[in-house]
Amino acid sequence: MARMMYRDAVVSTIAEEMERDPSVVMLGEDIVGGMGTPGGPEAIGGIWSTSTGLFGKFGVDRVIDTPISESAIIGAAAGLALSGKRPIAELMFADFIGVSLDQIWNQLAKFRYMFGGKSRCPAVIRMAYGAGYNAAAQHSQSVHQILTGMPGLKVVMPSTPADVKGLLRTAIRDDDPVIFLEHKALYGMKGEVPDDPDFMIPYGHARLSRAGQDVTIVSSGLLLGFCETVADKLAAEGIGCDVIDLRCTSPLDEETILDSVEVTGRLVVVDEAPPRCGLAGDICALVANKAFASLKAPPEAVTPPHTPIPFARELESAYLPSADKIEAAVRKTLSWR
Amino acid sequence: MQLSREALLGAYRRMKVIREFEERLHVEIQTGEIAGFTHLYCGQEAVAVGVCDHLSVEDKIVSTHRGHGHCLAKGCDVNGMMKEIWGSREGLCKGKGGSMHIADLDQGMLGANGIVGAGAPIAVGAAISLKIDGQGKVAITFSGDGACNQGTTFEAMNMAVVTKAPCIFVFENNHYSEHTGFEYSVGTSKDIASRAEAFGMKVWRGDGTDFFSVYETMREVLDYVRAGNGPAAVEFDTERFFGHFEGDPQRYRGKGELERIRETRDCLKRFRESVTGAKLLTDADLDAIDAEVMDTIEGAVEAARAADRPTPQDVLTDVYISY
Repeated sequence: MARMMYRDAVVSTIAEEMERDPSVVMLGEDIVGGMGTPGGPEAIGGIWSTSTGLFGKFGVDRVIDTPISESAIIGAAAGLALSGKRPIAELMFADFIGVSLDQIWNQLAKFRYMFGGKSRCPAVIRMAYGAGYNAAAQHSQSVHQILTGMPGLKVVMPSTPADVKGLLRTAIRDDDPVIFLEHKALYGMKGEVPDDPDFMIPYGHARLSRAGQDVTIVSSGLLLGFCETVADKLAAEGIGCDVIDLRCTSPLDEETILDSVEVTGRLVVVDEAPPRCGLAGDICALVANKAFASLKAPPEAVTPPHTPIPFARELESAYLPSADKIEAAVRKTLSWR
Repeated sequence: MQLSREALLGAYRRMKVIREFEERLHVEIQTGEIAGFTHLYCGQEAVAVGVCDHLSVEDKIVSTHRGHGHCLAKGCDVNGMMKEIWGSREGLCKGKGGSMHIADLDQGMLGANGIVGAGAPIAVGAAISLKIDGQGKVAITFSGDGACNQGTTFEAMNMAVVTKAPCIFVFENNHYSEHTGFEYSVGTSKDIASRAEAFGMKVWRGDGTDFFSVYETMREVLDYVRAGNGPAAVEFDTERFFGHFEGDPQRYRGKGELERIRETRDCLKRFRESVTGAKLLTDADLDAIDAEVMDTIEGAVEAARAADRPTPQDVLTDVYISY
């Protein structure tokens, strides 16, 4: 095991996979940084430090610094994937999917189906998402609910450095298009990461990060840590919480959620995306439909309000689900019967 | 350079297959047997064949919603295509794609595309891949005077120049983007190629109703791009004999326009006049191909009618490789 930051898990996994497989290439805006400047290549490097050193190691053909052209970035990734490469495309901010959505939604996601199962499209689209930086409405969003609604994509959102390692390696080796969502407030998180060069986490398998008998809490990404804080606090009072880290929103590990709720009878889903037509409602509906007889309380959703993400520190704090809000929701489910 | 007799017969045959494929669909669609939207390529055959006759299976193309001609010219199977358009599970895409989404990766055909302008960035990615492979292969994106107005096309042109990708932007100007004239919708209406020039590419222009103009122009373009000079663009002025989609009443056409372009701008007629005038082929040579092609198309329609239909279970397959 090595101890490393979430962002270093990203860059080391990419480097290991590029080393292992010459068909892996990377492209995105400023992933080299400094191209065409007096400072020269790598004068700056990617803004998230998730591609540091790759240009020097793998060269201009495999680490492609692109213009600010998100449609062309995703489209080029699609063309590379259809031509036998394994592209890893980076969108600097997840919010930029809006600029490139056709290439994600109508192209990448649909090739295999539209072409009757005869194509392989092994593209990974990485993007930094999430609030917590006071970056306001266009640079803070959680986009998994939009992308999870698109058949043909796999959507992954790791919560720890170890999961970055195992889930990103799976993404790069996967033959289907994968959306890989990296929470920008987690880039500095440190954790133990397995050394095994083939360490992979299969998709559709959630992780139980806390175990308890009374309430099931489902989350992923930055908010998972908030849920763990709440679970640890309640454990001291003798209240046991299962905290389930989804890891992937597509495919969804329904079984782990349902198995847990069948024991606890209480569900709280905590999600950073807006509430309407979203992940929290989806999982509440799943449980209401398939584990109705086990329920002791109505399922609770803890999400931001249905507003754009505000700028000011006080406003962003009020917007985001907090440990207090999660705790209140858990206690609410316990107040029934 | 003089083409061999075999090359001339082959080019004529490939253009004629596209023509009769489309003419037959125009008839069959009116019976209601074929589902969905169909956009016919009739009139533009010289472009598809004049471009693709230079390509090997390793060269890639990305097509458009008006893609039957590009598919056939790049080597997609006539029967497989007809079955696909009929919605059969024996079709090239198992009946899941239809007219607008025919692809055959084994032939280097990366897909027709229902979204106008979506193909250009995909071709740039394919070209970057071919550049990495270093075998002198190219990727070609076909765009019309409609797609030339999409931002994706602009992004793709710049990206191709920046990455020095062996990508060729073929603009087929058929004068109509859907139901709107190019003099209204294209700011540089008489000169789409100048847009590519503005992005830093070398450009060519040719007559898209004359196979020999297309073929000779493309030889120069391909020599330039295969030599490692980066991307290039070419604009072919051509004609669309049918509407935007089948069922389009084409009230935007001028009086006698369709008759005039069929009379004076038909690439098959021009080919015949040219090769018989130069005594390279005889009318009998071409008539024999005409008869053979009619049989091919008749056989394809019969096969499509008789082919297996998909089952409701087929809805659920082919979304992912691993689930």
